[in-house]
Amino acid sequence: MPSSHDWINNPLGVVEGMFAASQNNPNSGWEAKAVEFFKDHLNEKDAHTWVPSLNDVPLHYLKPNSLVKFRCLIQDMFDPEFYMGVYEAVNPSTRDKVLRCGKYKDVTECGVDFNSKNTVTAERQTFYCVPIPGESPWFPLILSHCYAGLSQARDVPSTSYAPARQKRSYEEDDDMDTQPQKQRDVGWIAPLLSAGPQTASEHHGNGDCKRQETEAPSSQVASASRVDLNFPLPGEKGPSCLLKVYEDWDGFKLNDAVEVFGILSVSPALSALADEKDASSSLLDPADSMETAEEQRVHSPPASLVPRLHMLYAKPLPHNNPLLPAAACEQNSAYLSSTRSEMATVRTELLAYFTHILLGDALAAEYLILHLISNVYHRHDVLPLGKFTLNLSGCPTEASYTERFYQIIQQLVPSSYYLGMTLQNMNQMRLVPKKDYVANRLVSGALQLARNTSLFLDESRLEQGQLDTTGVRNVTALGNVISWQKFDYDFNYHQMGIPCNINVLIASEGRSLLPSDCRIHLQSQVAPSDVEEYLRSIHTQSQASQLNKFRVYLSVARLLDYSISDEVTKSVEDDFVEMRKDDPQSISAEDLHRMLVVARLLSLSLGQTSLSRDGWLRAKHIEALRRSRMEQHKCVNGNEQ
Amino acid sequence: MSSPASTPGGRKRGRNTNPSTPSSEGPMSPPSQRRRGQDSSAGDLMPMPTSPATDVLSPAGPQDNSLFSSPRPSVPPNEVDMSSPLMYGTPSSRVEGTPRSAVRGTPARQRPDLGSVRKAPEVDLQSEPPSADGPAASETNAGQRLVIWGTDVNVGTCKEKFQRFLQRFIDPTSSEDENAGLDLNEPLYMQKLEEISVVGDPVLNVSCLHVQSFDAELYRQLICYPQEVIPTFDMAVNELFFERFPDSILEYQIQVRPYNALKTRNMRSLNPEDIDQLITISGMVIRTSQLIPEMQEAFFQCQVCAFTTRVEVDRGRIAEPAVCRHCNTTHSLALVHNRSVFSDKQMIKIQESPEDMPAGQTPHTTIVYGHNDLVDKVQPGDRINITGVYRAVPMRANPRQSSVKSVYKTHIDAIHFRKTDEKRLHGLDEDSEQKLFTEDRVQTLKELAGKPDVYERLSSALAPSIYEHEDIKKGILLQLFGGSRKDFSATGRGNFRADVNILLCGDPGTSKSQLLQYVFNLVPRGQYTSGKGSSAVGLTAYVTKDPETRQLVLQTGALVLSDNGICCIDEFDKMSDSTRSVLHEVMEQQTLSIAKAGIICQLNARTSVLAAANPIESQWNPKKTTIENIQLPHTLLSRFDLIFLMLDPQDEAYDRRLAHHLVSLYYQSEEQIEEEFLDMAVLRDYIAYARTYINPRLSEEASQTLIEAYVDMRKIGSGRGMVSAYPRQLESLIRLAEAHAKVRFSEKVENIDVEEARRLHREALKQSATDPRTGFVDISILTTGMSATARKRREDIAQVLKKLIQSKGKTPAMKYQQLLDDLRGQSETAITKELFDEALRALADEDYLTVTGKTVRLLA
Repeated sequence: MPSSHDWINNPLGVVEGMFAASQNNPNSGWEAKAVEFFKDHLNEKDAHTWVPSLNDVPLHYLKPNSLVKFRCLIQDMFDPEFYMGVYEAVNPSTRDKVLRCGKYKDVTECGVDFNSKNTVTAERQTFYCVPIPGESPWFPLILSHCYAGLSQARDVPSTSYAPARQKRSYEEDDDMDTQPQKQRDVGWIAPLLSAGPQTASEHHGNGDCKRQETEAPSSQVASASRVDLNFPLPGEKGPSCLLKVYEDWDGFKLNDAVEVFGILSVSPALSALADEKDASSSLLDPADSMETAEEQRVHSPPASLVPRLHMLYAKPLPHNNPLLPAAACEQNSAYLSSTRSEMATVRTELLAYFTHILLGDALAAEYLILHLISNVYHRHDVLPLGKFTLNLSGCPTEASYTERFYQIIQQLVPSSYYLGMTLQNMNQMRLVPKKDYVANRLVSGALQLARNTSLFLDESRLEQGQLDTTGVRNVTALGNVISWQKFDYDFNYHQMGIPCNINVLIASEGRSLLPSDCRIHLQSQVAPSDVEEYLRSIHTQSQASQLNKFRVYLSVARLLDYSISDEVTKSVEDDFVEMRKDDPQSISAEDLHRMLVVARLLSLSLGQTSLSRDGWLRAKHIEALRRSRMEQHKCVNGNEQ
Repeated sequence: MSSPASTPGGRKRGRNTNPSTPSSEGPMSPPSQRRRGQDSSAGDLMPMPTSPATDVLSPAGPQDNSLFSSPRPSVPPNEVDMSSPLMYGTPSSRVEGTPRSAVRGTPARQRPDLGSVRKAPEVDLQSEPPSADGPAASETNAGQRLVIWGTDVNVGTCKEKFQRFLQRFIDPTSSEDENAGLDLNEPLYMQKLEEISVVGDPVLNVSCLHVQSFDAELYRQLICYPQEVIPTFDMAVNELFFERFPDSILEYQIQVRPYNALKTRNMRSLNPEDIDQLITISGMVIRTSQLIPEMQEAFFQCQVCAFTTRVEVDRGRIAEPAVCRHCNTTHSLALVHNRSVFSDKQMIKIQESPEDMPAGQTPHTTIVYGHNDLVDKVQPGDRINITGVYRAVPMRANPRQSSVKSVYKTHIDAIHFRKTDEKRLHGLDEDSEQKLFTEDRVQTLKELAGKPDVYERLSSALAPSIYEHEDIKKGILLQLFGGSRKDFSATGRGNFRADVNILLCGDPGTSKSQLLQYVFNLVPRGQYTSGKGSSAVGLTAYVTKDPETRQLVLQTGALVLSDNGICCIDEFDKMSDSTRSVLHEVMEQQTLSIAKAGIICQLNARTSVLAAANPIESQWNPKKTTIENIQLPHTLLSRFDLIFLMLDPQDEAYDRRLAHHLVSLYYQSEEQIEEEFLDMAVLRDYIAYARTYINPRLSEEASQTLIEAYVDMRKIGSGRGMVSAYPRQLESLIRLAEAHAKVRFSEKVENIDVEEARRLHREALKQSATDPRTGFVDISILTTGMSATARKRREDIAQVLKKLIQSKGKTPAMKYQQLLDDLRGQSETAITKELFDEALRALADEDYLTVTGKTVRLLA
């Protein structure tokens, strides 16, 4: 096995071999071949699972200059840089000149002849990447589960490690940080553990290693506090990296979620260069005076903290759910059609589950499902289609209902973020990314999220007070995200609108101060004496297998295609005209927009890829129910006032 | 170490060498030896034998002997050799006297912009070794073949060509503001030289475009070898200048600053091939550093024998002499700071302008170094075009480490700055913003313009997601194109507004905001504000203290920022009165006057306003006039060229089409949608092209039609004693007609344009200025806030009231209530209290009576 995995352990050897072979033949296009080579190898059945992931394995376990993968979000784009693509090195002992390849490397080998005629300058682009913000805590468990299976099935090369250990120690950290959370967590860890005995045994088996290992990450965290790693969400952990892209960098966009396969470079020389700055020479050295200290820190942080990753191959992530096959599209569509048949049953279960959580309100549960599978699938000039921001009003005021509610959602979606709209948060949090010209980087904000991240806005936390300038800006940004799925990044001298695709769920007592596509007022059917206890019991009862089913369901529903036949189009049109005839005030173009979105999501939630007459009627029906409830509620409000 | 470190691209090229240096073998060593002798300095320890800079000069000598007071041979060629290659005057040479001193003693000034990276000398070996009789001889016979090492530049020819260019170049069509006040039929640059002799600012800006049109070969050389060619230009211009103005005194010699190189326009397209070439890029300054004094020449003194020596900076480093050449003491030399020579330097960071950026990417930044008088020329926030030389420097090899980072640092040495937004303040035309269109693109656009239905096509391409409202889209389309700008300042009327203002009002939920968003996204300089959230300050300008400089700076608001663009204002009705009042000036005079914190100024705000307003009662009341519905002052309303109502039409056929449109949005695949409509990018280019290149004028025929149209409009009303059109409406018509001609890419406004303008105007009026009481179009609703029928009724009642009072005989005072009751009893129509009050006021205006409290007194 080890021999066949040379391309993972020593990818540079492969690249150099190709480079050397190409020397006699100038037009060999070895660079394209090299990329092709890795692409082919990775596409071999589950070859990509053999590649260690930077997300799950701590940096110090990874072999430098080996092939690794990283699931990340492009947080910032730095300026392109010129590097020595080919250079001539002098061998100190033999005085021979050798041509070397500088691609996929940060540092050159000794004795570079700067004045060689054979030097070729090439260009590459650097992206700053962070792990996908808000990845749910159930992630590592699933992953470790996969790995555990893998490590037993295969004879893992000695350079590998059992990732499950690390995962466990991360959780340990979590628990230590927040004591109360521990108890909560047990609620969902327990079923998973029981579901995966392998994982559990793995934990026990590695128990003794645990102590030593926790030290490493904690030191990492400590040093991380010194260097701001610029994570969009507060309290995030994990490695960030500088991704060097060699071709087609125009194809990448800010906030793209990608899985990158690349060569890890952690040469200490990189950090050393940044540190060794004797003040005397820096004054005269033109290369030094170009950058401020802050910029240095940001653009060349120590490699132990921010490794460099030289990209060989990257694929965009349509979803980041580890339970779904991440593979190519052809396989995906087969997978999708196979799961589609079960969707209706899973939906029923999920509906029951949500109904419980929403205190017996089935209609609200229905809308919650629609919201969770919504997705901006197209932009018609400025108009984003498919967004479905839900305002859940009338949430119980009991202390932690909304928080508990969020935790349940967090258990189901791959990435999410809870934003309590307290006055303090709104006035002080950085939601909008802002360009810092001193350090020359885009300082991230909490709204810089990957596609389909669930953003939970808890408006019940709002209290009386005044929003200051930042607060107003933050609220405006939230409003823009909701209405246009796009908001302005602050570039100091100008603003730049960057599109996003975030599912926003607003929980509030009354009508939200933010706009929303759809509002539903919660009507609780049950009145548990202790809401917290009630939710916790639901939480603990849910089985891991069931949760996994829900997780897969929500991600799959989002990936399905959808169409409307001409026939149904006609009947929808007729319906609309009919409704307008009766009472033009009752339905506007906006209502039709919403009904079409509801119909779309409703069909998808049932695994149907085209709108049927029934689907349309059903959509109309639940919309009517919702509207009548809205009207009732309006009256009540009017009376109260 | 001797080769150019800054040419990593594998192109190796030396700096100027001495084309006339006779010997091909080690031409450098004899001079450098001599120099050391003169200085008796520790020359051996200098890192590199000094440079060829002088050598550039040497051909100059023989060529134009008259300028040099001293015979060439008596000046050792390396006298000036310290300077960086392009330099002829270095600090040291200044002291010692250079050949330059021959040019009337004007000192030369270093050009660190060109020579900050010094190179070891390279010798010209490319052509046969010149004859050995010295420069003068070699110049004549070998002149044509000699080139600077690594380039194909021959100093003599290049200089001659440039002088010819300066003496002969005429550009009669020049419209650049830099050439304002010059006689366009005379050689342009000779006039500029004359200007230099008068003003004494020894900088000659030369447009590369001019060079290109004069001599393409010279232009190519300038772009490819700026480091060699520009000093040659300098030489040429100085010779010419001092020949022509022998008595003028300049601070230092004239420096040539080329600008407008076409090589590269966009920061994103810079690539390794541009290294060491002359480039022009545009961008926005985001940061400027403090002034950095950069040492050009270090001054060392021996602690033992007080012997002094100078060492030039080489690639940012000074090689400290280890041994005193005079007394042979080791490590006895100390740096004397205040006798060393420094030059000013500043790091400037520029960032791509937002317009050049592809969607979804962050802007790139580039470092620029400004030298000497270019320091502090620009401020953060300025938009500038920079011409300079692109450089790449390898990361310094650290002696303690075997491996180095394989990355180069890049920067631009600025030669010329040109602010692009300065012009906007001066109100000149927007030529700097001209978007460059490729031939292909222009062809596509012209083809599109040739189609008979281009107007309909474009209007349907506008916001395709919004259904119907064809006329509104057409109106907005014309707004995007705008009228022709006319300048009547000579006759005292100032600029005529060319921008079309549009107000959309109507029921909520009729996608007004969507339309605004679309327009905002379409135009390059658009601003989007909401009336609810914006204050007068946010729209105009405010004064803040800059955190870095602690100076008061004027921050411009939405209206100023959208100069030459469109300012979209949503929820226009929610705006406070004070905020709205600033719009009065903007919407007609197109300027903004500011008087705040000691800053009094007038800014240009040539912006089109696209506003959306909701009716005051949330639903449009068809029984009321526009003014009553939206409660906006008529003074403001009359400034809108077109006012559209966006109402829910409530008719079945419309509903059906709307439903079909919406449903199709949700099932059509992307390709289908794209096929159906024009690409947004094409539309954007089309508008940009028309706005820049098309400037239609009224044809005779069209003006006749316009006159007729106006007279007709006035006639409509006059029959009923109303005025239905004012000169402002005529101006609107002209603007709309011009815009329509632009849509057709026509340089002439013709009848069809006027017809369409008239139709659209009428449509808009029909919607907004219809008197709900009579159903007639009445422009006075918009201009005076009251329909003519209403005014007539008021007058009638006043007359009746007057008669009533007169009938009562001589009663000097009456009870208010009694009078009202009497009037009600007499009149057959219902008299409201308001009507009665109005009538009383009308009579009071006639000085017939006065109202005090509850009594009405007759006057006179």
